[in-house]
Amino acid sequence: MMQLVLTVTAVVLTLAAAGAIIRIARGPSLLDRVLAADVLLAILGAALCIDMAVNRHLNNLMLLVAISLIGFVGSVTVARFVADRRRQPNES
Amino acid sequence: MTRKRISLRQELPLLVWLVIVWGALWQDFSAGNLLFGALIAVAVARLFYLPPVELGGRFNVLRAVRFAAVFLAKVVAASFQVLYLAVVRGPRVISAVVAVPLRSHSDLLVTATGHVISLIPGSLVVEVDRSTSTLYIHGINVRDAEDAAKLRKEVRDTEAGLIRIMGTKAELSALEQEVGA
Amino acid sequence: MSPETISADAVIDAVSAVFMVVGALMSLGAAIGLLRFPDLMTRMHAATKPQVLGLFLLLCAVGLQMRTWWVWPVLVVAWIFQLLTVPVSAHMVGRAGYRTKHLHPELLSADELEAVVQQAAGERGFTDE
Repeated sequence: MMQLVLTVTAVVLTLAAAGAIIRIARGPSLLDRVLAADVLLAILGAALCIDMAVNRHLNNLMLLVAISLIGFVGSVTVARFVADRRRQPNES
Repeated sequence: MTRKRISLRQELPLLVWLVIVWGALWQDFSAGNLLFGALIAVAVARLFYLPPVELGGRFNVLRAVRFAAVFLAKVVAASFQVLYLAVVRGPRVISAVVAVPLRSHSDLLVTATGHVISLIPGSLVVEVDRSTSTLYIHGINVRDAEDAAKLRKEVRDTEAGLIRIMGTKAELSALEQEVGA
Repeated sequence: MSPETISADAVIDAVSAVFMVVGALMSLGAAIGLLRFPDLMTRMHAATKPQVLGLFLLLCAVGLQMRTWWVWPVLVVAWIFQLLTVPVSAHMVGRAGYRTKHLHPELLSADELEAVVQQAAGERGFTDE
């Protein structure tokens, strides 16, 4: 059964990551891209969790915490220094 | 040294939390490890000084457990709601920015309310006015004044729950009076 | 190995399997929201919040699969870190988004912040460009 779960979640997470990457590529503004990058990190974290659950180890746990902290620091820093660079105000 | 001395009692929740994190990170809750963790916690709290969090002086565990259960249920329900909106409504979703004045003026309660409201999908704190303790909340799928009123009521209810858990006595009695009236 | 323990094992496995699939679906939901919602603020709802539930479910699945009690505190701490950081980063991004006008006013049914911002901007003699 675990093999089935692994396959299903792998497909779902791949689709999700593809969606996030499309948004990073297309995203009209910097903040959209930051947000999508954050989601991509979260998807990576989800993949790490599933790996831990299926293979029954805890090696990734600290990596998981570190990833979420890096995502937090990254998005807060970018949000702090973002400026409006678009010509028309309502492009997004 | 101009800083105000903070009492150990005020600092205790922070220290306990730090020790728990230490034990959890080492995955070892033996006495020696916890003692060492406590030493490090005290050193960290002394060296990296932060403004003390002003606690209300009371904490209702029973209500906290109930609040946590309700919170989890809300997170589950609202996550699926956002999922539904994303799939069905998509680009045509209507939202609103709503101002919600809070009862409490303590930083801790305003922060906690903002956190809980932000964690429930479908509402997001855009801006905080600390002087009047007003939260400006962006709610998704808020189409008319009725939905806005619902959102406002939910925020106020969340705050009421938090006041019942850890508000000061004065805030609690004011809340009881308001509910009773 | 009595039959009872085997069936209990199977139940735990099944529950954690469901948790894992639903948790992964939450990530997919976030991605769908990112692609389908019209502006930054609505995208943010979809992007950051379902992750809280998703991570909760996945950490539960990890805890169930490990079948030891001492992993639970670590998992709870990991989740609480998530609880503390997600609203802050969402708020920061949302605030920056509002201030740099990443909004579609026609998609808002009410905006009670705008008047306040306009007033504050007027007092400071601050204009957009």
